[in-house]
Amino acid sequence: MMAPEAHAPLLRVSALTKRFGGFTALDNVSVDISPGERFGLIGPNGSGKTTLINCISGAFRTEPGTVTFRDEDITRLQPHVRTHRGIARSFQIPRPFKSMTVAENLMVALDFAAVTDEIVSAAQRRETMMSILTRMGLASKADVSAAKLSQVELRKMELARAMATHPKLLISDEAMAGLSSSEVDEVLDLLMSLAAQDITIIMIEHIMQAVMRFSDRVMCLDAGRIIAVGTPSEVMANQRVQEAYLGT
Amino acid sequence: MKRNGIFFWIGAILFLAAALVMTQVIGNQYPFFAGYVILQFIVLAVAWSILGGYAGYVNFGTSAFFGMGVYTAVFLVKAVGAPLAVQIAAAAAVGALMGFALGLLTLRMRGIFFSIATIALTIIIETSITNWRYVGGAAGIQIQRPAVTEPFDNYVQMLFFVQALLVVLAVVISRYIQNSWIGRGLQALRDDELAAECTGVPTLRLKLLACVISGALMCAAGAPAAMYLQYADPASAFNLNYSVSVLAMSLIGGTAHWAGPIIGAILLATTQQLLTVTISSEVNVLVLGVMLVLFVVGAPEGIIGLIPRVHRNRKEGEA
Repeated sequence: MMAPEAHAPLLRVSALTKRFGGFTALDNVSVDISPGERFGLIGPNGSGKTTLINCISGAFRTEPGTVTFRDEDITRLQPHVRTHRGIARSFQIPRPFKSMTVAENLMVALDFAAVTDEIVSAAQRRETMMSILTRMGLASKADVSAAKLSQVELRKMELARAMATHPKLLISDEAMAGLSSSEVDEVLDLLMSLAAQDITIIMIEHIMQAVMRFSDRVMCLDAGRIIAVGTPSEVMANQRVQEAYLGT
Repeated sequence: MKRNGIFFWIGAILFLAAALVMTQVIGNQYPFFAGYVILQFIVLAVAWSILGGYAGYVNFGTSAFFGMGVYTAVFLVKAVGAPLAVQIAAAAAVGALMGFALGLLTLRMRGIFFSIATIALTIIIETSITNWRYVGGAAGIQIQRPAVTEPFDNYVQMLFFVQALLVVLAVVISRYIQNSWIGRGLQALRDDELAAECTGVPTLRLKLLACVISGALMCAAGAPAAMYLQYADPASAFNLNYSVSVLAMSLIGGTAHWAGPIIGAILLATTQQLLTVTISSEVNVLVLGVMLVLFVVGAPEGIIGLIPRVHRNRKEGEA
């Protein structure tokens, strides 16, 4: 037996299966993600990527299978409790709080999720919020209504809101979809800088260049099954991955 | 922020003082009779908007809560001859429990499904009360007012002042919720429930809290109505008109700010009182409908919604 603290994964997904009626969206998926890892999740449309992160973040209940986060079984916990434990996510289609400003969107996270000893007073919360917005390049948009943001600003705001929950694991669900190549680089740089701060990141992405550049390790799903896990170049070279993407 | 708070409390105290002075100075009973109804609707509209406005869960069960308040008072008067304060406190407790039960059963539903469930609740409770002989059944029940307490010399005047107290209580609670983390959480879940959950907002717990507070205030507002009318019957206590009027008041006033439902309730309830006296009580419903249509088209965010819009337009014009 190895010492648990030396190699304990941050997140362990064991034998996860998710069915919608007769359709099996995830079939016996198991994966360990280590602290500090930059993990890329790829696969064709409908392969179960978003379903997997819905199961990790708690939007879906799983049966059977377990999700363990920092040595705690979180399979039965509600999404907001998981957020408190340190799992944050962005959404494939941005889901801002439209009636609020950008600053207020972040304040929701700071009010409800960021339970740390450092952020106590209202002034400290405001300061934390502004520093996150500045890092995301959104400081000038703080008092703008979230309904008026552009697509790239919405993506950044979602990441900023997720960051404001003080996460240990950040799941980015296609944060670069629909962005121009310079915007993709911008968001990718942001994610890289977050990863450099000891935040473990799972990135779902279709833009292969971004995945290759970002990931320490890549996993490819197809029809709810894992078909390859490994370094980006290993996965790209994999026969089944190429078949899944290109067809045969 | 702080200065706002001071103004708010001064306003609340002035309002109560004015209500008290009115009861001491004005001899004519009609202003209190009509004023009581307006105040009652303010409490109901403010309470409604805690769940319906902040959280966006449209509750058609106002009449269920109101009627339960009436019948809690009726039961306590008949069983133990409880004083008014006890009736109101007990009604608030019953309303809180009812809100909790309703919340547990229905808050997992969204949109129209939640609204339908609240209508069902009204019908179930009304039917139960109609078949409960002890509180008068379908025929209703007469209630004797006890002697009035000093410094009031008329029971309706006292009820008027009591309802004014309830207004202040409801507004203080609603304002507190709006300005606190509770309000922010409710607003977040109204915008997007899943996103709110994933941002750490305990959505079910917050909705339950809103439902409990809203229910308690609605029930409390209904309790004095038994003594006001000296009579209660299920058909009028659980009248769906309460649900519709209160909803219209909140929407017309605007639900984005605590003051919205107050404005809406004053406007609509006063109009209704005037129409009842000058034309007929049947015209009420018509006017309510017309006003609702006008506001849905012209000011979908209610009267309160017009204010920041003017403000914003001016700002954009400058730039």
